[in-house]
Amino acid sequence: MPDPQVTVNGLPRPLAGVPAHTNALDFVRGLGLTGAKEGCAEGECGACAVLVARPDGDGSRWAPVNACLVPALALDGQEVVTAEGLGSPEALHPVQSGLAEVGGSQCGYCTPGFVCSLAAEYYRPDRVPGPDGFDVHAIGGNLCRCTGYRPIRDAGRALGAPATDDPLLARQDRPAPPPVATRAEGFARPADLADALALLAEHPEATVVAGSTDWGVEANLRGRRAAYVVAVDRVPELREVTRGDRGIEIGSALTLSEVEAALGDEVPLLAQVWPQFASRLIRNGATIGGNLATASPIGDLAPALLALEARLVLASADGEREVGLADFFTGYRETVLRPAELIRAIRVPTPLSARTTFRKIAKRRFDDISSVAVAVALDVTDGTVVRARIGLGGVAATPLRAIATEAALEGRSWDADTVEAASAVLAGEGTPIDDQRASAAYRSAMLGNALRAWWAEDWAGESAGEGSP
Amino acid sequence: MSQLSRRPADAVVGRALVHESAAQHVTGHALYTDDLVVRTPRALHAHPVCSPHAHARITRLDPAPALAVPGVVRVLTADDVPGTNDAGVKHDEPLFPEIAMFVGHAVCWVLGETLEAARLGAAAVEVDYEPLPAVVSLAEAIEAESFQGGRPVIARGDVEAGLAGAAHVFSGVTEMAGQEHFYLETHASLALVDEGGQVFVQSSTQHPSETQEIVAHVLGLASHHVTVQCLRMGGGFGGKEMQPHGFAAVAALGAVLTGRPVRLRLSRTHDMTMTGKRHGFHAQWRVGFDDDGRLAALEATLTSDGGWSLDLSEPVLARALCHVDNAYWIPHVRLQGRVAHTHKTSQTAFRGFGGPQGMLVIEDVLGRCAPLLGIDPVELRRRNFYVEGQATPYGQPVRHPERAAGAWEQVLTTGDVLRRRAEVAAFNAAHPHRKRGLAVTPVKFGISFNFTAFNQAGALVHVYKDGSVLINHGGTEMGQGLHTKMLQVAATTLGVPLGKVRVAPTRTDKVPNTSATAASSSADLNGGAVKDACEQVLSRLREVDAGRGLAWEELVREAYFSRVQLWAAGFYRTEGIHWDSTVMRGHPFKYFAYGVAAAEVEVDGFTGAHRTRRVDIVHDVGDSLSPLVDIGQVEGGFAQGVGWLTLEDLRWDETDGPARGRLTTQSASTYKLPSIGELPDELNVALLEHAHEDGAVYGSKAVGEPPLMLAFAVREALREAAAAFGPEGTSVELASPATPEAIFWAVERARRGGAGHVVEGLPGAVPDRPDPAAPALHPRSEQAAQAAGEA
Repeated sequence: MPDPQVTVNGLPRPLAGVPAHTNALDFVRGLGLTGAKEGCAEGECGACAVLVARPDGDGSRWAPVNACLVPALALDGQEVVTAEGLGSPEALHPVQSGLAEVGGSQCGYCTPGFVCSLAAEYYRPDRVPGPDGFDVHAIGGNLCRCTGYRPIRDAGRALGAPATDDPLLARQDRPAPPPVATRAEGFARPADLADALALLAEHPEATVVAGSTDWGVEANLRGRRAAYVVAVDRVPELREVTRGDRGIEIGSALTLSEVEAALGDEVPLLAQVWPQFASRLIRNGATIGGNLATASPIGDLAPALLALEARLVLASADGEREVGLADFFTGYRETVLRPAELIRAIRVPTPLSARTTFRKIAKRRFDDISSVAVAVALDVTDGTVVRARIGLGGVAATPLRAIATEAALEGRSWDADTVEAASAVLAGEGTPIDDQRASAAYRSAMLGNALRAWWAEDWAGESAGEGSP
Repeated sequence: MSQLSRRPADAVVGRALVHESAAQHVTGHALYTDDLVVRTPRALHAHPVCSPHAHARITRLDPAPALAVPGVVRVLTADDVPGTNDAGVKHDEPLFPEIAMFVGHAVCWVLGETLEAARLGAAAVEVDYEPLPAVVSLAEAIEAESFQGGRPVIARGDVEAGLAGAAHVFSGVTEMAGQEHFYLETHASLALVDEGGQVFVQSSTQHPSETQEIVAHVLGLASHHVTVQCLRMGGGFGGKEMQPHGFAAVAALGAVLTGRPVRLRLSRTHDMTMTGKRHGFHAQWRVGFDDDGRLAALEATLTSDGGWSLDLSEPVLARALCHVDNAYWIPHVRLQGRVAHTHKTSQTAFRGFGGPQGMLVIEDVLGRCAPLLGIDPVELRRRNFYVEGQATPYGQPVRHPERAAGAWEQVLTTGDVLRRRAEVAAFNAAHPHRKRGLAVTPVKFGISFNFTAFNQAGALVHVYKDGSVLINHGGTEMGQGLHTKMLQVAATTLGVPLGKVRVAPTRTDKVPNTSATAASSSADLNGGAVKDACEQVLSRLREVDAGRGLAWEELVREAYFSRVQLWAAGFYRTEGIHWDSTVMRGHPFKYFAYGVAAAEVEVDGFTGAHRTRRVDIVHDVGDSLSPLVDIGQVEGGFAQGVGWLTLEDLRWDETDGPARGRLTTQSASTYKLPSIGELPDELNVALLEHAHEDGAVYGSKAVGEPPLMLAFAVREALREAAAAFGPEGTSVELASPATPEAIFWAVERARRGGAGHVVEGLPGAVPDRPDPAAPALHPRSEQAAQAAGEA
């Protein structure tokens, strides 16, 4: 097995000897590439964003990620571009000159991160150049404390089309670097699923990481150090989406961005979740399996998947087993996962319920953690609710199903009275707490208003639509 | 027109230039203090040992276990301090404390070969604490009468008579939270000692001279032994005015003791838990209006949450009291202030420096009372504007009040406010679950340091033989575009192209005894000093030229060979200002900056979530030195104000549990600042025209702080939207910050038709009286001078 190395701005850089806990940000800064900055060390500010060549169909895509969360060793075999790699003061990249010209930098500390996020948007193959083609969510994970964002948004709206001979554009026509197997001190990247399961059997104490968006925070902010890291984000068997009689099976190591792209509008409830789920920077790293395995009680995906009655395929060296997501969570940050076992896939049963809604309550509109999340999947036949599934986040030690509310809906005619009665039940679900995000009373009130708001907006005609809070 | 403000034809000032470092910013080439570490061989890394208690005596501190950790080089404790063990200018901030005064208080620092080693070493240090009772909240402090510092009073007229004679009297309480600076670059210092024993500290500091003084007095050295340099900051916003000194001193102490460079950079969590923030305030007030809604009298007691030490709390309080009037004439006034002592971070300067808190009081009063008076808030505010000939409660004539009125009219016109308010009313009538509000608010903000001595600046301008120009000045660059403006001033004064001029990093060995880059005054002060230095050189060059009209390079060359001095030290002091802090009267401000904002919001009644649909701003920057920079300051200040008022939610553990006093929002995941989603859908910013400011550099005005308070328009629009859920005339009490949850509860109260806690009629609550025996307010600088004298 060759020594690990990563290509940074076109130059090979050895990774040998880099400690397993060293993140990619500290690594590139140690190379003297100090454009990427540490602003928060938990993937919230985007000041550390760098571009990584990721697979996209037959070609590749420049995906921005938070370098602070990724173990440097996980970049083995990868290609990375930083703000320094895009252009220099003497020869600015079009994204850089565009941002500079409109006054998009003041203190400049967040700027290289914005540049990387904007560059990814610049090279997005399906982007239509021009003001309306700019996806403002591209910079939803980058914080700026100086400008108030207007010039940065204007720079995004003014992005033109890349020149046809732009080397980074051309790079996207070629496949991303193939996965490599890595073995380093305290760190391993398995070649395939069998290798992964064998490694886990050998190292049951191992921490399994994929995008490391959760573990990276633990390592950076709380100083946690893994006894052994097994990185599964490029295990081929965990990166497939298949469709069959039992529904849609989604590989656990697909990033949320990849799942989003693979599903499109196929699962409308999930399509509602993505724009509200963290930021593009996080969704480019975080995987669907990792999001569930970490068992956060306030994750946004779990409530949606609970409403979809998703099931998990768990794999270990001893074989596979399947559990319903509602049975997966056993307590605060605890699951039925056994040592040396990992989530191989998530199954979303089909057919899907006809009407769904995802309602997230948070302090900030983009890139915030839920105070409360409510996902509803409803089948209404001849005016009667024949099936109701509701997933809740933020109101208990685990994500949970609103069983009593579901019962209050099923068999009733779908009308304002039923909504009101069910809302009263929903307001009493869970055991919400007071914390810095919200009071228990507010959380309960938000549960109670979720169905009312949905009814008002989607059924009773008060359209929310674009431009609403 | 004054010599200082007159602008030549073809001036470089006034051009819309990009930030002088923009190309470095966008490529990642711009260097910040911590970027220097990778270029500094053998640097050690510092990590603090932080108190887990809000208030506790340290009974034992054993660094020995840390020294056993591989890579740990040294543990710095109080015993190591050769000079004064204090990080402040008031001698109430021990650098290595015997009593921990807040959760996160550093009790000692560990130096390691790597940050990992230092962190593990810090975890190994053994500290025993004897917990002491802690005062955590402002309410607790008021209840316990836990105060610190002076108790200033600003008074004019006869408040009792004014209230007694008023047609309408209301009383109430206004509370507002503080704010975390959240500069993207956390505090950072890198110190080293050269062969001559000179201590060189690179620091992310807004106040290099004071950092130098503190480092010197900690090390027991004279100031000339210490040089502080600031390349640039990744944001400061006031948070790096006083707070960097202790960190710089720790790094310098480590460098002196080990002989190796020492790097100290706070993690975000450490930065948030260890450093001061904007002061939260509590205000109790009584107000009287006449039949037409004109303010007759106001009595208020403002209590700020100062945290564990005085820091800048007194001058912040003074500025708060000086801004309670905002743009409004109040005949009879009595404003009393006090600083609570709490076991929290020591709250400090933050963009606006108390002004926002003072102004929020009167805006809250007007917003809550307008419905009770039955007067449209737009009309109520406009009716109370200052007019020419009136003076502030502290006795300064209000010059150019017509500019506020002009900006107001311009916003109403360009923002099409009256028609849109009708649209808002129609929308609200048609939508039971969504309501909109459109509010207009003014800003009047005094420019200058209240403490007169701080209003001076120096600069050093070198013209080299080849005609290139290098300028140094005492101000620091934190993103506000000061260096860009100074380049423009120098090029304008010398009459050379911008490309001839470069600006060098701020260093205390180039320009000494500088004031903090603060109070929005840095372009005024340093611009005056740069201009003075350039004019000195220029006047010598004119003599050499003797009317021949030589080209610049030729002239410079000839001057050199004629042995004419081609460099100069410039100096500037603001004329015509004075302030008596013992009676809180005088003429503290050179001028007032004005601005007006109109904001339209939509509130979701189910959740309290809101969206800002449109904002129109007209702001007075005089004759702009650099319009792109100034518009950036207006927009950025506005956004930061919106964050303070609607989103940013500092929470401390106020329970009696073991984590009492802990900041529970100590990271970016729990403390939310505005992101792109908070940008108004439509944002129109115009600079007020015909706004020449005579007596300021090239006719310009300060811009850093005043725009922050334009955000009141958003808060007042939210109040109006919440009120629209209730019956006509509902007075809404809105918490600050007006988070979705706070708005939701305001909506719920409005639906019930509740008038909040405004009490109508005279009895009401009587504002707390300050202690007449308490000492008068001392501005920061008196203590600064005292400290410098003792060092």
